[in-house]
Amino acid sequence: MIEVKNISKTYGQGESAYQALKGVTFTIKDGEFVAIMGPSGSGKSTMMHILGALDTPSSGSYHLDGKDVSKLSEDQLADIRREKIGFIFQSFNLLPRTTVMRNVMIPLIYADVPEGEREKIATQALLAAGFDTSHFYHLSNQLSGGQIQRVAISRALVNNPTLILADEPTGNLDTKTGEIVLGTFQRLNKEQGRTIILITHEPDVAEHADRIIFIKDGEVVEDRKNHKKRIAGHH
Amino acid sequence: MKIKDTLHETYSALTANKVRSSLTVLGIVIGISSVIAMLAIGQGAQNSIQNSIQSIGSNLIIVMPGAQRGAGINISAGRGSAKSLTLSDSDAISKTVTSVAGVSPEVSSRYQVTARGTNTNTSVVGVESAYTTVRNVEVDTGDFISDQQVASGARVAVIGPTAKDDLFGVGADSVIGQSIKIKSIIFKIIGITKAKGGSGFGSQDDMIFIPITTAQRYLSGDQYVTSISVSAQDSASTASVQQQVTDLLMIKHNIKDAASADFSTLNQADIVSAASSVTQIFTVLLGGVAGISLVVGGIGIMNMMLTNVTERTREIGLRKAIGAKRKDISRQFLIEAVVLTFSGGVIGVILGWLISFTVNSLGILQTQVSLSSIVLAFSVSAGIGIVFGYYPARRAAMLNPIEALRYE
Repeated sequence: MIEVKNISKTYGQGESAYQALKGVTFTIKDGEFVAIMGPSGSGKSTMMHILGALDTPSSGSYHLDGKDVSKLSEDQLADIRREKIGFIFQSFNLLPRTTVMRNVMIPLIYADVPEGEREKIATQALLAAGFDTSHFYHLSNQLSGGQIQRVAISRALVNNPTLILADEPTGNLDTKTGEIVLGTFQRLNKEQGRTIILITHEPDVAEHADRIIFIKDGEVVEDRKNHKKRIAGHH
Repeated sequence: MKIKDTLHETYSALTANKVRSSLTVLGIVIGISSVIAMLAIGQGAQNSIQNSIQSIGSNLIIVMPGAQRGAGINISAGRGSAKSLTLSDSDAISKTVTSVAGVSPEVSSRYQVTARGTNTNTSVVGVESAYTTVRNVEVDTGDFISDQQVASGARVAVIGPTAKDDLFGVGADSVIGQSIKIKSIIFKIIGITKAKGGSGFGSQDDMIFIPITTAQRYLSGDQYVTSISVSAQDSASTASVQQQVTDLLMIKHNIKDAASADFSTLNQADIVSAASSVTQIFTVLLGGVAGISLVVGGIGIMNMMLTNVTERTREIGLRKAIGAKRKDISRQFLIEAVVLTFSGGVIGVILGWLISFTVNSLGILQTQVSLSSIVLAFSVSAGIGIVFGYYPARRAAMLNPIEALRYE
């Protein structure tokens, strides 16, 4: 359960101050698949940082699973990210020259999961993301774009997070591969009941979600159910 | 995050960039090995100098003549060249001064010595039989000068092995009974001393010993001696013996003021301490130069770690995004730096020891790798790892995850 109440975020001080968010309010229930959409400079990246506990709002409150995240210290935020949030970035951010398995296991290392269980959990996550078993021990720099993004999805899943936060996940992929990735999200949402928030500026991508929140100039301008949901792979 | 996992992360990070890691380690290796090798060589030099000082005798006090200073103009012919000591002085010392093990008056000078057509320029020392005990000289074959020969002024000589080789050729045996000519006077060889080796303050192997009375009568032509060596019973009594000798000779020479004494005394302990202070300065100097290279190596580590942090900014951002705390990040980078310096330290100690061993086996110097230098080098390298690794590690830990993830 995600409850965002009247969140504002201001960067800088005095005359050069810039208000990226101006009183944003919404609630996302567990198991929802939501797209946050807006043009560049709309504040959607700032929204993602706050939802992902990478940053705290200047004012307003953000409750994640009933816990107020808006006033935590940096290390407490790290705990929240580790336990409740799985990130998928546009630029994938895999560790270079490191095996697929090890990349997926890294969140488990920080979560102090016993060494013997890590590989099993990572395997489950990789299978859930539809990653081919034969590539488990390939190095990250030997993979294709689609494979890399599947590894990134597995890494986001591996800690069994409350929320999966995908920031322009198809931005660096061709249309076909992008469709496959979006299909993976839809499947995870439908089959495993994962809460997924997709941050994007592309309407085509946003339309794969069940609900779309439009942000413009730091404010929510529209929050609607997506009635013409696109199913990945069916044009 | 557990230490074991941090070590694993460190291992994969360091092996991901082998060339850079090994170049950084090389900097530390050079620093540590030079510290160890230089200290070992310095220590070796110190020991070698002390050994050669010890080889001239033990607990020795050497009395040398010096110009008497009085009223009026002093014409100094140089310390030691004056003639003020006689055999009666040495007799008085052995009779009155307590805790003395032996007194050996000496008349020494360099002469051209010939034997069967070959000739050499060497030290000819007029001695008494006490010389062997006072100056630690042992006879290899034949006999040393006896009291009788001193009393009768016999023209006999005991030669050192180097002098023997120079005069009779290397490996020549049965030289006892042969004759040599010193200043056209024929001497019969009655003994050869044992090789003492060593160098430094005049090789004792390149000497010819004759009875002191003979030296005074035929060579110097006067009743003076060039030095009196007094050996104290133990090192504790050297100071008291030195004082007694000084007091005795002042009374005997009718001198009231110590500043105008016509002789000087030299304590072997003083020579040892003077020499070791010189070698200590050298050791410090060598160690200092080596220490500078150690610091340069440390800065190399810091440089590499800073480059590392910059290059891996996005990785740090990612690690933070997936839940790494500041502590986890700083610990990983700090351990990376410490592992680099530590492995550099281990290799450096081995290399330094090898250098020292090589210097040793080539016979250049008897080097000595001390445990303290290893401990010093090691703790310095670990310290460098922590000090020069801390700043980059902290910088990495303080990075804002959002900015780090955006870093291009």
